[in-house]
Amino acid sequence: MEIITSILAGILFATAIYNLLQKQLLRIVIGTALLSHGAHIFILTMGKLKTGQPPILTDGVSDYTDPLPQALILTSIVISFGVTSLLLVLAYRTTKENNTDNMEQLRGKSNE
Amino acid sequence: MIFAVLIPLIIACFIPLLSKLKEKIHTGIFVLFVPLSIFLYFVQFLGRDFNPIRHTYNWIPSLGINFDFYLDGLSLLFALLISGIGALVVLYSIFYLSKQERLGSFYVYLLMFMTAMLGVVLSDNIFVLYTFWELTSISSFLLIGYWHFKERSRYGALKSMLITIFGGLSMFGGFILLWVVTGTTSIQEMINQVDVILDSSYLPLILGFILLGAFTKSAQFPFHIWLPDAMEAPTPVSAYLHSATMVKAGLFLIARFSSIFSGSEWFFIVVSLVGIITLCWGSYMAVRQTDLKAILAFSTISQLGMIMAMLGFGTTAAVFAAIFHILNHATFKGSLFMVAGIIDHETGTRDIRKLGGLITFLPITATLALFGTFSMAAVPLPFLNGFYSKELFFDATLHLDSTTFLAQAIPYLAVFGSIFTFVYSMYFFFGVFTGPKQLDKLPKKPHEAPIGMLLSPIVLVAGVILIGLFPNIVNAPFLLHAAQAVNPEVEFHKVAFWHGFNTPLKMSLIVIAIGIILFVTRKKWSKVYTILPGKLSLNKVYDQIVEKLDVISGAITRSYMTGSLKNYMSIILATTLIVSFVFMFITNGFTLEYDYLADVTILEVSVVIIMIIAAVATIFTNHNIAAILVLGVVGYGVAILFVVYRAPDIALTQFVIETVTVALFLLCFYHLPKLRKSTDSAGTKMTNLFISVGFGALMTMVAISAHSSNWFESISDYFVETSYKLGGGHNIVNVILVDMRGLDTLFEIAVLGIAALAIIGLIKLKKDKGAQ
Repeated sequence: MEIITSILAGILFATAIYNLLQKQLLRIVIGTALLSHGAHIFILTMGKLKTGQPPILTDGVSDYTDPLPQALILTSIVISFGVTSLLLVLAYRTTKENNTDNMEQLRGKSNE
Repeated sequence: MIFAVLIPLIIACFIPLLSKLKEKIHTGIFVLFVPLSIFLYFVQFLGRDFNPIRHTYNWIPSLGINFDFYLDGLSLLFALLISGIGALVVLYSIFYLSKQERLGSFYVYLLMFMTAMLGVVLSDNIFVLYTFWELTSISSFLLIGYWHFKERSRYGALKSMLITIFGGLSMFGGFILLWVVTGTTSIQEMINQVDVILDSSYLPLILGFILLGAFTKSAQFPFHIWLPDAMEAPTPVSAYLHSATMVKAGLFLIARFSSIFSGSEWFFIVVSLVGIITLCWGSYMAVRQTDLKAILAFSTISQLGMIMAMLGFGTTAAVFAAIFHILNHATFKGSLFMVAGIIDHETGTRDIRKLGGLITFLPITATLALFGTFSMAAVPLPFLNGFYSKELFFDATLHLDSTTFLAQAIPYLAVFGSIFTFVYSMYFFFGVFTGPKQLDKLPKKPHEAPIGMLLSPIVLVAGVILIGLFPNIVNAPFLLHAAQAVNPEVEFHKVAFWHGFNTPLKMSLIVIAIGIILFVTRKKWSKVYTILPGKLSLNKVYDQIVEKLDVISGAITRSYMTGSLKNYMSIILATTLIVSFVFMFITNGFTLEYDYLADVTILEVSVVIIMIIAAVATIFTNHNIAAILVLGVVGYGVAILFVVYRAPDIALTQFVIETVTVALFLLCFYHLPKLRKSTDSAGTKMTNLFISVGFGALMTMVAISAHSSNWFESISDYFVETSYKLGGGHNIVNVILVDMRGLDTLFEIAVLGIAALAIIGLIKLKKDKGAQ
C-alpha cells in the first residue's frame, strides 16, 4: 500500500507542478493547493501505514500508529490553509489592479 | 608577532574619529607612529644569527587554516621594507596631502594595506597568505581610486584589480592543488616534501597557476599594463604600493617557492624568460613616456623584470643579487617617486615636455634626483648602490646553470635592457632639471619644497649612498639571511666595488657608452616607436576583453532574466530534477523494500483512484465551479485516507479546512476571470508535461526510497513513552503540538495571524490616489 500512496503523492505533485506552470493566476492557486495535498500524503507515507491503534493512549494497548507524521501534517494543513487563502486574495487583488490574470503580462518593467 | 601584523588594522578603526581633528592636527601624524613602531619591533631581529621564529594562532584548525606567522631572513627583509618605507611615505604624505582631502579614508586604506602586506610576507599558511594577498589587491584598488571623481583613476583602479585578482584566483587554484598533493597548508612543510611535489602529475598546473599569480602582481609582461594606469593614485601611494612593496609581492612569492620549484626545468625557462622580456620591454617603453610618473612606472616594471629574471636563474649569485636589488630598488625608486611628487606639487605638472631647467629653483630636489637616477642607471661610482646590484646581475647572467639557447642569449638581452635603463634615467634627470626654462608653460611658479616633504627622500637617498659606500653593512646581518631563506646554499661573499677589469665591468661600460649615444641622439631614433609597438597595444586587448565580457555576460543574463515567473519556475524545477536524478543514479540511492508494506484494500485503492482522476481533471477543466469541485474531491480524499490510516485528529482538521477552503474558493471565483483553455504552443506544453511528470516521478521514488531504507532509528517511540509522563496527555499528537513543540505551534498561529492581516489589507485597503 505504501507504494500506491507514494505513486499518489507523485501524481499529486505532477498535477500541481503542471498547474503551477500555467499562465492563469487561478491555476497557480489550484496548483499550490494540490502541492500541499501531495506533501501531506508524502509525509503520511513516511510513517508506517496501519501498524497499530490511533495514537491516543489507552490502557492495555502498546502498539500505536506513528504520531510524529500526524503532528507534522496537522501543522502543515493549517499553514497551507493560510497560504492558499492568502494567494487567493492576492490573485483577486492583482487581477483587480492590473486588469489581467495572465502571468506573462505581469512581468514588471523591462530592464529592471 | 600577530600584534605587529594586526596593529595597523586596529588603529585604522580609530582613524575616522581622529580625522575629525584634521583641521588642528594632520591625521598622518597619528598614523606615523604605526609603521615606526612596527619597524622598531622588527629591527630587533637584525644582525642576530637567528633561527626562524614561528607563532601559531588558531583560526580554523579543522581545515588546517591558522595564523602561522613565520619570520625568517626573507620575511624580515620585506617586513622592514614595508614598515620602513611605510613610515617615510606616511611622513611624506603629511606634507603632500592637504587638509581638505579625505584624509580619513586615505589613511584607513593605507593602514589596511600595511596589515595585508605584512600578512603576505609573514604567513606560512598558504590560505592565510592568499587572504592577505587579495586584501592587498583590494586596498590597492581603493588607493588608486582615491580621487574617484577622476575618470582615469576609476579606470586604473578597476584595471589593476581585475588583473591582480585574476592572478590571485589562479594562484589560489595552485595553492589548492599544492594542498591536495602534499596534504599540508604550511609552506615550510611543503618545502620538506619537494620530491612529492616534483613527482606529482599536477606539477605543470601548480607551477602555471602560481606563476600567473606572481606575474600579474609583479606587473610582468604582458600583465604589466595595469601598473602605468595605477599611477593615478596619489604619489605617496605610488611610491609605497606600486614601487616598493606590493608589486614585490610576486617576487616574494617566487622567492618563497623557488626552493620547491627550482627543481623543475620549466621554472628556469619561464621565469627567466618572462623576467628578461619584462626588463627589456619596460625600459624600452619608459624612454617614450612624457609623464614623469609613467617613466617611473615603466622603469619599475623593468626593474621588477630584472629581479624576476634573477630569481629564475636560481644560482647562488643570482639569488643574492636579486635580494640585494630588492633593497636597492626600494631606496632609489622610492626617492625618485617622491621627487616626482615634489615636482608635481611645486610646479603643477608632471609633463616632462613642459619641464626643464628646474635645477636653479629646486636645488635640493635636483640633488636627490641626481643620486636616485644615477643609481638607477648603475653608473659605476662607489657611492651608488644601484651599480653594485647591477654588476652582480651581469655577473649572474654570465654564470648560469643552463646551457640552452636562452641561457646564452640572456647576457645580451640584459645589456640591451640596461642600455635603455640608462637612457630613461638620464632623460628623467636632464629633462627635468637642465635645459631651457619654460616657466610660462608651468601652472605654478616653481620653488623648493618644504623641508618636511624633502625629509623622506633625503633619508632614502642617504640609504642609497650609505649602502653604496659600505655595501657590507647590510650584507652579513641582513641580506645573507634573506638569500639563504631562498636558496640555502648561498654563502657569505663580500661585495666590493672593484673586481678588476672583468666582463661585468665591460658590460657596464658598453651600456654607458651606447646609452650616452642613444640619449644624445634620442630625437633622431624616436620614430622607432611607430614601428614597435606601433599600433600594437596590449591596453587595447585588455579594453576589448573587458568590453566583450560585459556584452556577453549581459546577453547571457538577459536570456534567462526574462521577467517571466513561469520561466524561472521551469528553470529551477528542471535543474532540481536533473541534479536529483543524476545524484540518485550516481549514489545508487533508489531502494525498494517489500517487507514492511501494509496490505492493499479495495477501499483505499478506490479512494486513491478517485483522487487521481480528480487531480488530473483540474488540468483539463475549463470551468470555475468544476475546478473547485474536483479540487474539493482531492481534499476530501486526503481526509478519508487520514481516517483509514488511524489519524483521527488530522482527518477532522482536514475536513473542516477543506470545507472552508472550498467556500473561500467559491467566493473568490465569483470575482475572478473565468478559466480559459490553455493557449500554449505544443512545445511549451510538452516541456511543462515533462517537468511535472518528471518531478512527480522523482517524489514517488524519493518517497519509496525513504520508506524502504532504515538508516536511523525512529524518534517516535520517545513521544509514545513520554506523552503522559511529561505532557500529561493521552492524545499523543496533541501533546506533541502544544507541549513538546509548543513554540512551533505558537509561531504557526502567528503566521496565520499575519496571513489574516494581509488578507484584510488586500481586500480593504484602496490604492492611495495621490501617491505614485
